[in-house]
Amino acid sequence: MDFQLSDEHRMVQQMVREFAEREIRPVIKEHDRAQKPIPWLFERMAALGLLGICIPVKYGGAGMDYISLGLACEELERVDSSLRVVMSVHVALNSLSLLQWGTEEQKQRYLVPQAKGEKIAAYALTEPGAGSDAAAIRTTARRQGDVYILNGEKTWISLADLADHFLVIAKTDPEKGHRGMSAFIVERSFPGVKTGTIHGKLGVRAGNTGWIVFENTPVPVENRLGEEGEGFYIAMAALDNGRYTVAAGATGLIRACLEASVKYANERMTFGRRIGEHQLVQEMIAKMAASYEIARLLYLRAGWMKNMGIRNTRETSLAKWFATEAAVQAALDAIQIHGAYGYSDEYDVERYLRNAKGEVIYEGTSQIHTPAGGIRPGLSQGSPPAL
Amino acid sequence: MHIVVPIKQTPDTTAVLTVDASGRISWGDAPLIVNPWDEFAIEESLRLKEKFGGKVTVITLGPESAKEALKQAVAMGCDEAILLHDPAFEGSDAVVTATILAAAIRKLGAVDLVFMGKESVDGNSAQVPPALARRLGWPLLAYVGKIREIDPAGRTIVVERILEEGRQVVRAPLPAVLSAMQMNEPRYPSFMGIRKAARMQIPVWTAVDLGLAPEQVGAAASAARWPVVFAPPKQEVQCEFIQGESPEEIARLLVDRLLAEKVL
Repeated sequence: MDFQLSDEHRMVQQMVREFAEREIRPVIKEHDRAQKPIPWLFERMAALGLLGICIPVKYGGAGMDYISLGLACEELERVDSSLRVVMSVHVALNSLSLLQWGTEEQKQRYLVPQAKGEKIAAYALTEPGAGSDAAAIRTTARRQGDVYILNGEKTWISLADLADHFLVIAKTDPEKGHRGMSAFIVERSFPGVKTGTIHGKLGVRAGNTGWIVFENTPVPVENRLGEEGEGFYIAMAALDNGRYTVAAGATGLIRACLEASVKYANERMTFGRRIGEHQLVQEMIAKMAASYEIARLLYLRAGWMKNMGIRNTRETSLAKWFATEAAVQAALDAIQIHGAYGYSDEYDVERYLRNAKGEVIYEGTSQIHTPAGGIRPGLSQGSPPAL
Repeated sequence: MHIVVPIKQTPDTTAVLTVDASGRISWGDAPLIVNPWDEFAIEESLRLKEKFGGKVTVITLGPESAKEALKQAVAMGCDEAILLHDPAFEGSDAVVTATILAAAIRKLGAVDLVFMGKESVDGNSAQVPPALARRLGWPLLAYVGKIREIDPAGRTIVVERILEEGRQVVRAPLPAVLSAMQMNEPRYPSFMGIRKAARMQIPVWTAVDLGLAPEQVGAAASAARWPVVFAPPKQEVQCEFIQGESPEEIARLLVDRLLAEKVL
């Protein structure tokens, strides 16, 4: 067993850290305040190869592994969650699904430009009436000759207003429940596709989130991903990757809280001593440090399993559940340590809390992920770890 | 063109340096990085390679762990890397460092340009570039802020040097030794570069490989001595706000204070 990162992984970590520090950190606060995405973000992420980081070179990607994807997400979210959301949606939920389920033709047409960052991709499963209960979606795809006609509404879709391609899950056979779902690659330019932005979010304010409406949108049969009826499985497989990036990102958020807290605790004086010398402050920081390391080990194990091609739904779920819950606690404690300063946006920690709170809701709420929750097959059996 | 970039692995610029009672300097567990001044030289060399073709070889004198800095340079786009490492090299001062680097550059054969940072962020002596130029017998173009032109066929280079008095335009024959100021925005490593660097087996050249005798290198050969090493005394900084009724009055009071403190 080897717990060391390889040279390759360390260099990826260093490169992404420098990018986020140098280019994003100086501007993120103003974009978060204004609730406006950074306009040049995709261009820069594409230039660095991040938008195709773990897509094979032959499909236009950088050919790195899942550990690299995780490390990149950790470094990005250490600065802001909106950066990692791009990785979750564009790379993990959409592009990796095309890689896993797409035909060669679909890969050439959609995956290659996505991996190069020439086209931006999003994932559309959630609906106004269906979040945790994914099989309850009501968007329909009715076959009519060589096309499917899509009708319905998706909401809470990250990058809804910015993406060129959407991976849309819809019902092809509403009678069959989760076995009646199919997945489609939909282009923004297809007729009847409308999107809009959701304003007033608590967190990820520098990221775009919105809704999509399909009104008699014709989607060619060759844009169906997988077979008819495989949509639910494709959606869940996509989430195994998306949740991995959330887990890794939340780990970065914990580290951001830890770093900010240590710095502040070494500067701020009360009762003639630095606050870091008070045991109750030390305890909060110690818990952050512990949860950071636990979260990191959990996501790296999941990433390693992905590299090995081992089924990792349970391990990824556990990593996501733990890291996001710990991120919320770390952010709360970071604010506590910063006192009234932490309560204002003069410091970053309030942004960390607002961003962390979303993470225990999206890509499977904490309740869905709780191993004892008993909702998701595979988790409810109390199955032992694969390793 | 064959460009050689000698680099140094240094503590991160944010590292807090401490000196203990015996004069040992420590930067704790701060990460080690490629000397930021050298990064400008790497970037400029890569741009020259992209323009004129050829290759960029990066070398460093240091411990085994300095391979990490070399790999970083390869990940940025350098073609080859060589570590100069030998226990006998330990304790070499700037001039002896230049002797070792010069021996390595000669061993590399046809080299058109040696490009390095103007100094290292840890030693800050800025002695190695001139000493290296002297050892090689090549012209030194120190504190380069811009390369105006290079004529590989005519074997000349024209650069702008950044001096306290202003900019100086200098022409020199090639090969030459250049030291870089902040002259560009160093690129990030690419994923392709990272994969190449991770797999690269970096050769290690010892004193024997360089044809250097033990008495020519290391502490014994070095003229510089470090009889006392101490941390600079902490500067007590006091902040005083100048207040007044109007900007004019504040300015007048400020000038009075500056005159009283003999700043002006």
